[in-house]
Amino acid sequence: MKRRDFLKNSALASGAFLIPSFLKPFEAMASNELSGFKNLVIIQLSGGNDGLNTIVPYGNDIYYQKRNTIAIKPTDLVKLNDMQALNPNLSALKELYDQGWMSIINSVGYPNPDRSHFRSMDIWQTASASDQFLTTGWIGRYLDANCTVNKDPYTAVEVDDTLSLAMKGNKMKGIAVQNPGKLYNNTREPFFKELVSEHDQHLNEDNLGYLYKTMIETYSSADYIQQTSKTYKTVAQYPQTGFANQLKNVAKFINSGLKTRVYYVSLSGFDTHTTQLNQQGRQLRIYGDAVAAFVKDLKQTGKLDDTLVTTFSEFGRRVEQNASDGTDHGTANNVMLFGGRLKKQGIYNNAPDLGQLDNGDLKYEVDFRDVYATLLDKWLNVNNKSVLGTSFRGLDFV
Amino acid sequence: MSDLGKIKHLYARAGFGLNVDDLATFQKTSLKHATEQLFKSSATAQPLMLITENLSFKMASADKTDTLTRKMFMKQQREQEKDLNIAWLNQMSTTPAQLREKMTLFWHNHFACRSQNPYYAQQLNNIQRSNALGNFKTLLMEVSQSPAMLQFLNNQQNKKGHPNENFARELMELFTIGRGNYSEQDIKESARSFTGWGFNNKGEFVTREQQHDEGTKTFMGQTGAFKGEDIINMLLQNKKTASFICTKLYRYLVNDVPDSRHVSAMADVFYKSNYEITPLLKFVFATDWFYAPVNTGNLIKSPIDLIVGLNRQFYINYNNPDVMMQFQRALGQVLFYPPNVAGWPGGKSWIDSSSLMTRLKIPSTVLNNGIIDFHGKADPEDEALLATMPNRKQQTQTPAQTTPDWNKFLNDIPKGTTKDQVASVILAAPIDNSIKAVIAQSSNIRSMVVELVSTPEYQLC
Repeated sequence: MKRRDFLKNSALASGAFLIPSFLKPFEAMASNELSGFKNLVIIQLSGGNDGLNTIVPYGNDIYYQKRNTIAIKPTDLVKLNDMQALNPNLSALKELYDQGWMSIINSVGYPNPDRSHFRSMDIWQTASASDQFLTTGWIGRYLDANCTVNKDPYTAVEVDDTLSLAMKGNKMKGIAVQNPGKLYNNTREPFFKELVSEHDQHLNEDNLGYLYKTMIETYSSADYIQQTSKTYKTVAQYPQTGFANQLKNVAKFINSGLKTRVYYVSLSGFDTHTTQLNQQGRQLRIYGDAVAAFVKDLKQTGKLDDTLVTTFSEFGRRVEQNASDGTDHGTANNVMLFGGRLKKQGIYNNAPDLGQLDNGDLKYEVDFRDVYATLLDKWLNVNNKSVLGTSFRGLDFV
Repeated sequence: MSDLGKIKHLYARAGFGLNVDDLATFQKTSLKHATEQLFKSSATAQPLMLITENLSFKMASADKTDTLTRKMFMKQQREQEKDLNIAWLNQMSTTPAQLREKMTLFWHNHFACRSQNPYYAQQLNNIQRSNALGNFKTLLMEVSQSPAMLQFLNNQQNKKGHPNENFARELMELFTIGRGNYSEQDIKESARSFTGWGFNNKGEFVTREQQHDEGTKTFMGQTGAFKGEDIINMLLQNKKTASFICTKLYRYLVNDVPDSRHVSAMADVFYKSNYEITPLLKFVFATDWFYAPVNTGNLIKSPIDLIVGLNRQFYINYNNPDVMMQFQRALGQVLFYPPNVAGWPGGKSWIDSSSLMTRLKIPSTVLNNGIIDFHGKADPEDEALLATMPNRKQQTQTPAQTTPDWNKFLNDIPKGTTKDQVASVILAAPIDNSIKAVIAQSSNIRSMVVELVSTPEYQLC
């Protein structure tokens, strides 16, 4: 393909699959190197998922009193113990729960909670205090702290077409890959290829050097991700949803042996101010069915022990419903975990105390940074202080 | 550097870049004259007047249980937000008042604010525009008393006996003296001075006397029954405010890495002129260091700089303005939607693997009406709307529906201009051997230009 064709069409769907000589040859990892290579999968539920209608405290009368039109009847619920139950749309998770592959941490939040979506999401993604503004994300800072070992962008992969703040550090950033083939083809535009090959060496420390360095890393990572992931063919069945497809991609990456430590996936549509039952139910069904397929896929391929999945949302919702059969922005929320090596399976701590509220909102009992600290110390093997700024004690779920 | 080289640099930083037709105008002009021209073109402020109706009042008076009406208002407000965003982007892309818009964008980021109410967002934007080149104290006061900011920083809830410290904290941390120059006690005391500051339902600033704490406050070592205005005055008397603003401005106009000597020279000028912005800018644009090689062609364009620069240079017409929203989302800078009250951090933080590839593709896509296959994430504030949409569209590939005015571009190139000279209008970064090869190998100006805008060099200004 001639360069000019690209410039005419700019459809950027090149057919040239050249592997430039300056790229390091792709090396398959030895199998012993692969075992024990632990992955963290972060699932973000955007919009403020209503935790109380997700893991339902059906054993507490206050739940039914405060939510007369949107409470879920005990007979419809999937019970976990005599206090808490799964929303019926999460029925697929029951099997995971019974197998000991699921854990639920109740009442996770932070002091002086912010009810604005973007600010609270910012706080969760940067792991800041609520009166602190950070310009880097917590996974990004994990990459920074570990940059001598994990020096490639694909150490942290977001299955999306843009990169979240959570994945951006000072020195290091993750890479967004919606579709490995597409990313690969984009980078292989002959014109870009020429530019990359001409700038392979002698990059300056200035911004131009930084741009070329990023371009070259993207070029090389796209190649690595494409070549590695295509060696694995997915056998497991996944639901036909966009979100399930993203998790299917994550599983493909893990099963093919990609040297990625952190995966990031988001699901939108949880800001349910009106007619919540249907809206949230629909999103939870998408979530639960996809996660169940994903976890079972990894169990089948023997990777579940090396994988930890965590799900969060920027805040929970108020205990009392509103007048539009929905719920408004609240505070503390549950965090769900999945994996083959959970230390405390099932429900980690007490159900939220609906009797002791702070101005109608749940009080947090676990700081979300203690959850992060646990993931950093015990799963990603990096001292949490180097990422979180101050040292957090952490929990005991892995 | 030649005067033309300096003028190009000046317009790249103080505006959104030169056009090819400016070559004819500036070829025989002195830098001094071109600088005067820059300020002259920005002498008056053209406000955005798009949003004429404050929908929040309508929404407040509507029946809360009427979900259909609520939804309709939300949708209308969403439309207003989009219209406002595009109106400003279009204004930046076409106005001769480049400097004013560039500085409005600076203040938009300095006083980063999100408003759910597009009417208030427009009002704040116009405050930032009308004072963009005026006096910082006037600007700060008007911003602090605007409904958008009062609402955003919770000052409506700041009442005698129940102070809300949010505004007082951000005023010091982000708007004036910066972190490390005040104590928690200063925040607590000054928050009391701002009690009662609010706005009425016409969108006008009011001091609600009965909510104002009239007691004595001790702020930064001084004691008195300070009002909000007194606190702002005291903060401006502190020269650290001048240094803080000048550091930020230096990073915006000159270099990511502040040079303390240059910043302190700027702060002297700013402080001595009682925070007049125009003399400060004129000072910067007249220094030698502003034109030093280390400070030219090395700033990473913000996504807005990139889009606006492209629109201006090639007279782009967007048949589908949503495409401009899509670009902003994919590149991580949506006007009126800063990531938090600290604004967009800028510099290298614009760049990651995916944003860089998108940035490299956008110019050629726009110039060739190519295919857009990237989307960007929804803003967290859009989640409520998303939640009500059961069958959201799968992401698709769509044509950009853009038309550049190639005839105008090619005809505007003065006779006798070499390909190298055209290239140096497109690229602010130094032209190295590989770019020279691109220029030499291209068969015509048009294909050369499309290649040049697809280089990492084009990402710099």
